[in-house]
Amino acid sequence: MNIPSLALEVPMMEARGIRKSFGHLEVLKSIDMTVQQGEVACLIGPSGSGKSTFLRCINHLETVDGGQMRVAGELVGYTRRGNKLHEMRPADVAKQRKHVGMVFQRFNLFAHMTALENVLFAPGVVDGRRGPAAREAALELLERVGLRAWAGHYPAQLSGGQQQRVAIARALAMQPRLMLFDEPTSALDPELVGDVLDVMRGLARDGMTMIVVTHEMGFAREVADTVTFMDGGVVVESGTPAELFGNPQQDRTRAFLSKVL
Amino acid sequence: MIPLRHPFRWITGALTVAVLAAALLSLASNPNLDTPTVLQYLFHPAIIRGLGTTIWLTVVAMVLGLAGGTVVAVMRLSANPVLRYVATAYIWFFRGTPLLVQIIFWGFLGALYPVLSLGIPLTEITFAQIATSTAIGATAASLIALTTNEAAYAAEIVRAGILAVDSGQAEAASALGLTGAQTTFRVVLPQAMRVIVPPMGNETITMLKSTSLVSVIGGADLLSNAQSIYAQNFKVIPLLVVVALWFLVLTSVLTIGQGFLERRFGRGINRTGPSGGFVARWISSRRDKALRIESEEQHQ
Repeated sequence: MNIPSLALEVPMMEARGIRKSFGHLEVLKSIDMTVQQGEVACLIGPSGSGKSTFLRCINHLETVDGGQMRVAGELVGYTRRGNKLHEMRPADVAKQRKHVGMVFQRFNLFAHMTALENVLFAPGVVDGRRGPAAREAALELLERVGLRAWAGHYPAQLSGGQQQRVAIARALAMQPRLMLFDEPTSALDPELVGDVLDVMRGLARDGMTMIVVTHEMGFAREVADTVTFMDGGVVVESGTPAELFGNPQQDRTRAFLSKVL
Repeated sequence: MIPLRHPFRWITGALTVAVLAAALLSLASNPNLDTPTVLQYLFHPAIIRGLGTTIWLTVVAMVLGLAGGTVVAVMRLSANPVLRYVATAYIWFFRGTPLLVQIIFWGFLGALYPVLSLGIPLTEITFAQIATSTAIGATAASLIALTTNEAAYAAEIVRAGILAVDSGQAEAASALGLTGAQTTFRVVLPQAMRVIVPPMGNETITMLKSTSLVSVIGGADLLSNAQSIYAQNFKVIPLLVVVALWFLVLTSVLTIGQGFLERRFGRGINRTGPSGGFVARWISSRRDKALRIESEEQHQ
């Protein structure tokens, strides 16, 4: 890893008063959240609660209308000059995204590339890392998600679970310090969910900082350090899995959990 | 079990044979067709030269037209409103006027601007000047007309191709830290090619035949040269047969090439097997077999 190391006390992700509207619909109403280095944070809540939108604000796939988002202490998407925040040029936003990996609900593997090419692609194009060493690193990542033997296959030739694991390897290839997961198992057949969750457990064990939007309550309970329940564009409640699942304080949290547990 | 009979196939087959035989007999017995003259001129140097011009006009106009069309398509989908309007106006103008009119216009550009000069606008200072008819001859005018017109059509085809690519692809590329240009040229356009290639194949065949329109400004293409021969010997029909035969040969070659391209850009998407003509299918199935063996060896 050649990423500049981060002072331990700096949170990996710090959101302060994040607001976001689509037209007249306010989907995020002042969200505060902090994720420390090495933590696994799970975001749960009903659909339309704003949790996916919030996740997409973390790497500026959505612009924010208000508030400040910091990743590794750095302001996302804006530069502070004096008292004012200036929107960043797209090339600078791209640089910020390099070390934030993202895994999507619909995998979004590059359809015209094999599994190996998908993993090799971004390091080659963005960082100019090519050649046998890069290839070996990509094959090791595929090994880590259990798909080295499938390196030469195109996404259309892989099952959903395999595609999602390649997508995780592709994100890891950029050596991220933070991984975002947007409902990574929601589009999978039930029997394929386990393999993907196993890979994610492995990442968590290795100390990767992860923010996971999920409906897999079992995974959240077992792996998460903190669980945050969102509803209607606000954070209703957050705590350790034991606190949130065992002793929810809010009625809305109790109502939601009674439906999904 | 007795399979269903298909008597109608036999009837249509017999009718087709009868009509074809009648047409061929009538042509063969018609002295005006003049087969010896057709054969005499089929490989005549002027015809071969014209054929060469037709081929390179097609190739260069298609390559430049596709490149220009891609630029116009990207401009039309740009977030910059000025670029968007410029691209829309370009397409409106070049699709809105007949190609034949555009060809004649470029051929007679000298009537609009007799002299082309390089200098500083609004001053008397000029560095160089040249007569328009010298700078832009008939062939150059032909190429400009075909290219600018093709770019307008190609732009719409490329735009449709770009819109057909799932937006998640561009999102995944952005999330990996790619810039907008890298995303467009490395992720979106390669996948758009799958949608772009079949209509561009048609465009190429149309372009091949449209090159014959430049004969109105003496573009030295296949038809121009055939016309100048029959203007002297009055053997109009045999020379038009020569032209038609060469066009059939060229379009057949293009049709086979299109099959190859469709397969190449369908990589990773088409699992159901190769598209395109039977020749392309045969050759690519052999290549697939070779690849399979190679990848199996790698696995071991």
